[in-house]
Amino acid sequence: MGSYGIYVWSCFALTALVVIAADWRARLRHKRVYRDIEVRIKALEEKQ
Amino acid sequence: MWKWFHKLASPPHFYRLAALFSPWFAVPGILLIAYGVYAGLFLAPMDYQQGDAFRIIYVHVPSAYLSMMAYMIMAISGGIGLIWRMKLAHAVAAAAAPLGASFTFLALVTGSIWGRPMWGTWWEWGDPRLTSELILLFLYFGYMALRGAIDDTAKADKASAVLALVGVVNVVIVHFSVEWWSSLHQGQTLLKEGGPAMDPGMLYPLLAMILGFTFLFGSLLLRRVRTEVLFRERRTRWVREMIMSPEGH
Repeated sequence: MGSYGIYVWSCFALTALVVIAADWRARLRHKRVYRDIEVRIKALEEKQ
Repeated sequence: MWKWFHKLASPPHFYRLAALFSPWFAVPGILLIAYGVYAGLFLAPMDYQQGDAFRIIYVHVPSAYLSMMAYMIMAISGGIGLIWRMKLAHAVAAAAAPLGASFTFLALVTGSIWGRPMWGTWWEWGDPRLTSELILLFLYFGYMALRGAIDDTAKADKASAVLALVGVVNVVIVHFSVEWWSSLHQGQTLLKEGGPAMDPGMLYPLLAMILGFTFLFGSLLLRRVRTEVLFRERRTRWVREMIMSPEGH
């Protein structure tokens, strides 16, 4: 890559980072929403 | 056809279908990207003018293309939601926005990194392609901020759909800016009249990357829509039954 290596590798590394972060955030948000609903339903059932 | 469309728009049906299809988008996406990265970095011949710096296109072009495609998905879904009052369409629009913003950010940053050795500058304010792409990022931010600012989901859906539809004008400007005005950015390469102006050794890895990114985007979008549906339907009976069932998820 010569003198362009830093530019090329940094672009590929940044892309990998953003895509992995998007995947991780999607998983995390689903888990969080699911858990919140689960907690709310269980609390309602206990009340009843 | 219409019956199938209505069934697909049913939140519980879509929720199950999205879980089923998401891996089927992710696997080919990862395989195509793996091939594209390897071929783009190590097999494609060096460009006679740009040297190895041209290899940045293998991440820049798919990101730029997805930045516009995600916006169109967001706007069309918003439009469908407004006209046919389909809740699922609004969920798709809401889920597409953060993904579109991520790919727009990538397109801007990778383009800027490429511009430094090629144009001798990180950024050129007078360039129509660069500026309109930056406006696209601001439109995504505006869309997400608007959604976040309105507590009532139905009102947030309507207001953000209108904003998304108005912003389509900017997507058209991004796409045609290199033809309408004199720009530092190079003109159309893939969609050029008479076919792509690229050597096949460079072109195939690029096509693999574009297709791979599209599949990966599809998988991410399906998963995000699934979460959005779950959140919006959190007080419904089917969500309660699903969560209380031994299988869960």
